[in-house]
Amino acid sequence: MPNMIVCVKQIADPEAPAGSFRVDEAARKVIPASGVSQVVSPFDEQAVEAALRIKDAQGGKITVLSLGKDFVMDVIRKPMAMGADELILLQDPAFEGADSRSIAYALAMAIKKIGEYDLIFCGRQAADWDAGQVGSGIAEFLGIPSVTVAKKVELVDGNVRVERVVTDGYEVIEVSPPLLITVSNELGEPRYPKLKGIMAAARKEVPTWTAEDIGAEPSKLGAAGARIKLLKLFIPVREAKCEIIEGENPEEAAANLALKLREVKLI
Amino acid sequence: MAENKGVMVCGEIIEGKLSSITTELLGGGRGLADALGEELSLVLMGSGVGHLASEAIAFGADKVFVVDDPLLKDYQTDSYVAVMEKVVKQVSPNILLLGQTAMGRDLAPRLAFRLDTAVSMDCVELSIDPESKLMLQTRPVYGGNARAIYACEETRPQMATVRSKAMDPLERDDSRKGEVVSIESGLDPSLIRTKVVEKVKEEVAGIKLEDAEVVVTGGRGMGSAEAFQELEALAKVLGAAVGATRPPCDNGWVPSSLQVGLTGKIVGPTLYIAVAVSGSSQHMAGCSGSKNIIAINKDAEANIFKEARFGVVGDYKKVLPAFTAKVKELLGG
Ligand SMILES: Cc1cc2nc3c(=O)[nH]c(=O)nc-3n(C[C@H](O)[C@H](O)[C@H](O)COP(=O)(O)OP(=O)(O)OC[C@H]3O[C@@H](n4cnc5c(N)ncnc54)[C@H](O)[C@@H]3O)c2cc1C
Repeated sequence: MPNMIVCVKQIADPEAPAGSFRVDEAARKVIPASGVSQVVSPFDEQAVEAALRIKDAQGGKITVLSLGKDFVMDVIRKPMAMGADELILLQDPAFEGADSRSIAYALAMAIKKIGEYDLIFCGRQAADWDAGQVGSGIAEFLGIPSVTVAKKVELVDGNVRVERVVTDGYEVIEVSPPLLITVSNELGEPRYPKLKGIMAAARKEVPTWTAEDIGAEPSKLGAAGARIKLLKLFIPVREAKCEIIEGENPEEAAANLALKLREVKLI
Repeated sequence: MAENKGVMVCGEIIEGKLSSITTELLGGGRGLADALGEELSLVLMGSGVGHLASEAIAFGADKVFVVDDPLLKDYQTDSYVAVMEKVVKQVSPNILLLGQTAMGRDLAPRLAFRLDTAVSMDCVELSIDPESKLMLQTRPVYGGNARAIYACEETRPQMATVRSKAMDPLERDDSRKGEVVSIESGLDPSLIRTKVVEKVKEEVAGIKLEDAEVVVTGGRGMGSAEAFQELEALAKVLGAAVGATRPPCDNGWVPSSLQVGLTGKIVGPTLYIAVAVSGSSQHMAGCSGSKNIIAINKDAEANIFKEARFGVVGDYKKVLPAFTAKVKELLGG
């Protein structure tokens, strides 16, 4: 039965209204908006779902790993409430100021500490910084193959069959484990936690590991290990100058829109 | 580090031709190379691809590195990372550019980690800082709500993937001269751990979304697969391609290949008609390059009206049929 690890990130709800979004340009940081809730990054929930589907079919164990700070426990326990077995948090000031590389390194070290794994899942990209690098980075640090942007993952006779989304369709890829897979929304909706699952998850111990616990080299962590520097963070200006086309009724407004498009030679 | 020189583009070949992102990268890369006074090169990987070198030169490359090997016929992470690692170590470029495509998304991070450097994904702007001579890498973050500018100060090459349509290709000039260098792939087949067993095409008939001059897009507010047939009707009158936001794809109303946005297709038509689309930043990431956005939405406060040139506030069920009819009349259909 496969041992599975899913890496998830807690972020501010990426679908919160754009108007609530603010940055501190001097500090090059996003200002947490009040009233915007924390969530498990959506593609990471799909990664949990991909692991659960394998567990449904074949059994196995799912360990969820999350690196971050200011964890909201009800939020970060959600993968367990959905059916994952364990949750381990990685939290240490040494992780701060990281880039994708130093995050991937820390996660890879934690995975080495967990020891046994057949399948590692990540979301295709975190819905805050949208980089989409950490999954590939973990695979590179562990020296295992990776398949990115998956919409279906199955274990067939000990081999992994992954459908990878490409521009004009998908490719079916076969690999033998261990393997890292990043998951996309085409996988389908993640399941909702059931009350029983929520209660069971709330009772579970959640260990927190530090940099020392995972045996990470300080020079490779956080800001010290970062290879890229953020010079500037800003909100792009949008020119809002929409001309609303009116009419006595919706049909007339529609016809006026068509006339307008004709007038400006767009049709 | 001092010996790293030149701007290198990792090319992509689609159906035996240089893909549009490749000519765009050559156009953008040319600007960077000129600003640095360095050479622009292209890497062509594949099976039987050498004949594309002259085209790459016509689009701005000074040098083309051809790596021809039957093992490179399909993109696979292990083989392409290994070959790019070899080429980069041999040529030592200062800058390496890839497309933000299915291939680039997969290849760039793994290659960057292997080369012990960093990559900025999905950049929309690249420039050379006049003082430091570093490449400034601008990319949308937080679904497009913010933009970040990065630099890679210590390690080389400085790497970026670039969003499609963010850069302009040069005018093709077949009189340009350049050099073609062939490099052995040196691939050991046993290093390729994945196997592509099948390729399934899910393309819809008609005009390609990415190339269309007119796009008609439906959002969650359309409510059903049937409702998209009304959009098809408008698209037919306009000779447009049909697109969608993510929810109609997730709900199975339309194939996921129609998704426009951050994690879907990037379109850049002259006319983009968004019906029952709220205008989330992640969706706009895929269509904000459109020259004219038209919005039909029943919510006057919807964000799409902040991005649109013209709009109608109303229920699409009333607006759309009347709009389609009038357009048809105006076009003499
Ligand atoms: C990391 C990440 C990546 C994403 N990538 C993408 C992507 O690539 N592409 C994408 O599209 N989304 C993407 N999303 C999802 C995105 O955040 C939004 O959820 C999505 O774009 C919303 O689609 P929508 O506008 O169709 O739906 P909604 O936001 O629900 O808007 C529906 C609109 O329809 C209007 N409406 C309803 N009924 C009617 C009617 N009868 N007549 C007229 N108007 C009506 C409503 O007023 C509303 O404005 C991504 C999200 C994340 C977190």
